[in-house]
This record gives sequence, structure tokens and C-alpha cells, in this order.
Amino acid sequence: MRLVLDIAVTHVLARVRQTLVGMLGVAMGVGFSVMMAALMEGSQRDFVTQLVDSLPHITINDERRDPPRQPAEDAYAAVQFSGLRTPVTRPGIRNPYAIMASIETWLDGAVAPSVASRAVIRYAGRDTAANVTGIDPRREVHVSKLAGHIRQGSLDSLYKSSNAVILGDRLAAKIGARVGNTIALASGTGQILTCTVVALLHTGISQTDETQAYTLIKTAQILAGQTALVNAIRIRVVDILAARGVATRIEAQTGYKSVSWQEANEDLLSAFQIRNFIMYTVVGAILLVASFGTYNIISTITHEKTRDIAILKSLGFTESTVRSIFFIEAVIIGLAGTVLGWLLGYILCLALGSVEFKSPFMDATTLPLYYTPVHYLMAAAVAMTASGIAGYLPARKAASVHPVEIIRGAS
Amino acid sequence: MAAPTDPPGPRPLIELRRVTKTIGDGVATTLVADIDLVVRSGEFVAVTGPSGSGKSSLLYLLGLLDVPTSGEVLVEGRPASRLDEAARAHLRLSLLGFVFQFHFLLPEFSALSNIMLPMRALGRLDDAAMRRRALELLASLGLEDHAHKLPGQMSGGQRQRVAIARALANEPLVILADEPTGNLDTHASEQVLAIFRHLVDETGRAIVMVTHDLDLAARADRQIRIVDGRRVT
Ligand SMILES: Nc1ncnc2c1ncn2[C@@H]1O[C@H](COP(=O)(O)OP(=O)(O)O)[C@@H](O)[C@H]1O
Ligand SMILES: [Mg+2]
Repeated sequence: MRLVLDIAVTHVLARVRQTLVGMLGVAMGVGFSVMMAALMEGSQRDFVTQLVDSLPHITINDERRDPPRQPAEDAYAAVQFSGLRTPVTRPGIRNPYAIMASIETWLDGAVAPSVASRAVIRYAGRDTAANVTGIDPRREVHVSKLAGHIRQGSLDSLYKSSNAVILGDRLAAKIGARVGNTIALASGTGQILTCTVVALLHTGISQTDETQAYTLIKTAQILAGQTALVNAIRIRVVDILAARGVATRIEAQTGYKSVSWQEANEDLLSAFQIRNFIMYTVVGAILLVASFGTYNIISTITHEKTRDIAILKSLGFTESTVRSIFFIEAVIIGLAGTVLGWLLGYILCLALGSVEFKSPFMDATTLPLYYTPVHYLMAAAVAMTASGIAGYLPARKAASVHPVEIIRGAS
Repeated sequence: MAAPTDPPGPRPLIELRRVTKTIGDGVATTLVADIDLVVRSGEFVAVTGPSGSGKSSLLYLLGLLDVPTSGEVLVEGRPASRLDEAARAHLRLSLLGFVFQFHFLLPEFSALSNIMLPMRALGRLDDAAMRRRALELLASLGLEDHAHKLPGQMSGGQRQRVAIARALANEPLVILADEPTGNLDTHASEQVLAIFRHLVDETGRAIVMVTHDLDLAARADRQIRIVDGRRVT
């Protein structure tokens, strides 16, 4: 075995340039694969975190998945209703506080009520549509990162005056309002409320910052013209991956549509799957191309070394010994390339991670990169397998060389 | 004419029994035709014949590098046809030693390493013992100063002596030499022949040497002659 290794190392070292090229091929394959994987998984995780953090994990709505059964449908089996007009006012969740209390008995997480409505904000003669969400600040802090996104003020400043409102910073900028200004909120049902801007909100997601306003539940209820209305319950769970199951359970228990963050972002998550598939295909292709280099080198060496192979076989080396010599050469190149590739990948990640991106729609950010040994091991496994195959094929051919023909030809 | 036979003597090391080798399908070329040959220990046999008569082919068959189309090769009385590739390789490694016209040393390895190759492949000795034996072999062939030289740094005669040392590394019973002096000047040829003579007389090994030099052949214990693949004497 040591002899085989000696011969293999000698062959490889005698061809510094070729070996280096082969190693660099594998190294680039591994390096770029590691970088790609870190980038893809980093951005995915970053996105999911943002998604999961900025919104409640589960939202219970006052809607139901199926329209309520009409009494006539129960009475006469043949009757079926469709196209029934929905009432203008939202029905709200019945007994929201009882539902919340019962969920809290088993939920590993937090629950908060909210009132979602739409209104037109009027300030300095300008009208802008906005989503007005009524919240309970004391409960809200446990279900969303809202408190962390408040600028100039706090979530509790909603208590500071009657009809206090927190505006998204872009929304405020659009209408020219500042903290302390008084604005008017007009709802679809005709209510008009005069409110004081007590704080600004900045989530970094422009869609939200441009349209969102928060008030106390009571204020939103007045705006909707429905006292005691609660049309959404927001839930945060400790184990975010359990959200889907929790949502299903709540829906079964309450009958209200309850949507987990996974369901709300189903299309995004399936887009991630496609993205990952593309990534693995590209990474596989890179490594495959890199292994062509190794194949080429081992083929070249076996061609140059046909005479040596004949000598070794005439001395009494077996086919399998000869085969392992060239196979090991490929493994050496693959291994050296992999280690070099790890280094390259890590350096590429560090370099990418230090690049800052500025976008008009988002805060200046750096690329989110995810570091895990799994990426390195995966790239190594693919690279080593490819190198092994790339070495085995020419090695097998080399080992089957008939020494007599070579010796005849050379003497 | 009766088929040529070999004199009786001590134990046969390699034996060919009615061995024929043809190549090519369809119009087959016969390289070796129906040859009987016994090589016994302590024998120096010269194989002569015109160029292209099949001398090398015969040697490859004796050395288990090639398999006969018909007939049987016996090594120490055991038929080689029953052995697989690995077993035949092992016999080559432990019992046989080849010397070719061209030295066939591995170019990246020093003289010492080249000599140690078969020993390491066989793995009977430890590192120190292998090294000692390789140095002894080099010294016995007058190459003590060249142990660490690469083949490219030596003369043709020196390389051929290193090749002989490598062939002797595992103390083979039979040395098969194919025109070992073909590329050497008179002086180097004399050296090689003296080495062979010594091996046969002092260590009881058998040597089969192919040559077309009749003067050299005359110095062997006996000669066999091949013409058109057939043994004529
Ligand atoms: N692969 C081959 N194809 C065709 N003819 C061959 C082949 N190998 C050897 N020969 C022929 O077989 C004959 C015997 O060759 P060889 O054993 O090398 O003879 P020698 O060593 O006596 O010169 C020669 O005529 C040679 O040309
Ligand atoms: Mg010949």
C-alpha cells in the first residue's frame, strides 16, 4: 500500500503544472459550490427570518374556509346556494377573548387580538389609503417584532393620547406628517377620527412602511363602527416550524380560518425549493466540469506511463495494484483540490459578506451568508466522488494494458 | 526428424509442453509453434535464432507474461493455466526475473528505489532489510556509487546492471533475459555475461538468455535454436 502511494505521489509530483491545474479545477468547483450554497441558504434563511419575524406566525381570521351553511341547505338536501352577498361589515370573531384564553391553555407561545381595517389618511389636504391595524400593545410585544421597529417613540405611546396612531415612516413622509401632528382617518363606513401621530414605524420592508398604521384596538373599533370587534387574533409560537400544525389545530377547534406563516408564504417556499434544485444542479455541474480536468490528467498520465505500467506488470504487480496507483493519483488531486477549495470557498464567502448593498427600497445591507460545515462536506463528497470516477475509468484502462505489446514495441 | 529434447538433470523449474502461440483471428500468425522445453536449476540456456523467429515470444511464455494458445506451461511442476492473473503475477514477482534489451527502469526512481520495487511489492522483508539487500546487490554489480542516481544519470551499461539487480531482488529461481546486451558495448556485455555466469555457478539459478550473438550464446551451458517459431535444436 505504501509502495502504491509512493509511486502515485511520485507521478503526481513529477507533473507539477498538470497536477496544479487539476487541483485548481477541483478547488474552483468546490470553492464556488461552497460560496453558492452559503449565499443561497443564507438569503433563504434571512428571508424566512424576516418573514417570520415581521409578521405573526399564525393569524386567525374572522373568515371561514367554506361559506357558512344556509339553513335551507340543512332542511332540503337538494338545495344549494351560491353567490350570496357578503355583508358590508366584517363579522368579527365571536367571543375572541374566550377563544384566546382557551388557546393559551395549551399553546407554547403568545396570543394577541387585533382589528384590521382600511382607512384613508387625510393630512394637509392630501388623501392616502392605509391599512389601519388596532392592537393591544401589551400583548402585541409578545407576538411580533413591532416594538423593535418603532422609531421616535414607543409602542406604549399609543396610550399617550386618545386616538393615537403610529404611522409607517414612508407613509408619514408621503403625506408630510411628523410625530406630534394631527391627522384625520376616514373609514369606508363613514367614521372620521382625528388622531395624533405618536411614533413612526420602520420595518425596512417598503410595502409595510408605506401603507401601515397602528392604533389601539378601541380606536380601530370606532373607525370600523363596530364596538367590541376583533377580526384577527395574532399568534407567535416558540417553535416556528410547528406553526402549521398549531394553525390546523386552532382551525379545528374554533372553526375560524387560521393561517400559518408557511401557508401565507406557500408560493415563496415552493419557489425556494425550485431555487435549491437549480442550485444543486449548478453546483453538481461545476463539480462535474472540474472532474473532467482530473479525468484528463489521469488519462494523460496513464498514456505517458504505459511503459512503466508494462514494467510493473512484468515485475509481478497485479492489475488491481496498477489500477489503485492511478486511482490514488486522482484521489490525491481531488483531496488536495478539495482542501484548497474549502479555503477558496471560505475566502469567497468572507469577501462576499463584506460587500455592502444599497437599495432605495431597503436599508443598506450585506449579503446574508450562511456558514455550515454541511456545505463543505457536501461539496467535498461530490468532488471526491467525481474525482474517484474520473480516476477509476482511466486507471481501469491502464491496468488492462497487455505488457507484452508494450515491451515488444519499446525494445 | 525427431523433436529436440532437453538433457535429464535436477529438478525442472519451468517447462513448456507442446506450447503454441498464435495471434490474430481469421488469418492467424504463429509466433511459437509446438515447442517443448525444460529449464532446470543451475542451467544457463541460450536461445538463438534469426530476427523475428519467435525468441521473445517464447520468453514471454516462459515468464508467464503471455498465455499460450495451446499446450501447457509448468512452473515447478504446476500448470500455470490454472492460475488467475493475480497468482501468475505473484509467481513472476517471487520466482522469475526479467531483463530486457531496454533497461525498463522507472525514470522517476533512483537505482536503489528501482531495485527495492519488487521487494516492496512482495513485502517479505522489512524496510531496513530491503535496503540492505538492495545495496548489497548494487555493490555486487559494481554500482555502489550510483545508488541514489536516477536512470537518466547513468550510462547504458550501468542501467542494465541496475535492471539485473532489480531482476535479482526477490532471489528468483529463473532469470529470463531478452537480448540483455543488445544495447551495450563489448566491455559492458562482458560484465553482464560474467554476472550471469556467476549467478548460475555460485547460486544455482537458471538463466534463459535470448541472443542473436553466437559468440555469447556459445558461452552458455547449452543452446536451443528457434526458426520460424519452431525449435530446431
Ligand atoms: N502483435 C503482432 N502482430 C503481428 N505480428 C507480430 C506481433 N507480435 C510479433 N509479431 C511477429 O511475430 C514474430 C515473432 O516475433 P518475436 O517473438 O519478437 O521474434 P524475435 O524476438 O525472435 O525477433 C515476428 O515475425 C514478429 O514480427
Ligand atoms: Mg526479440
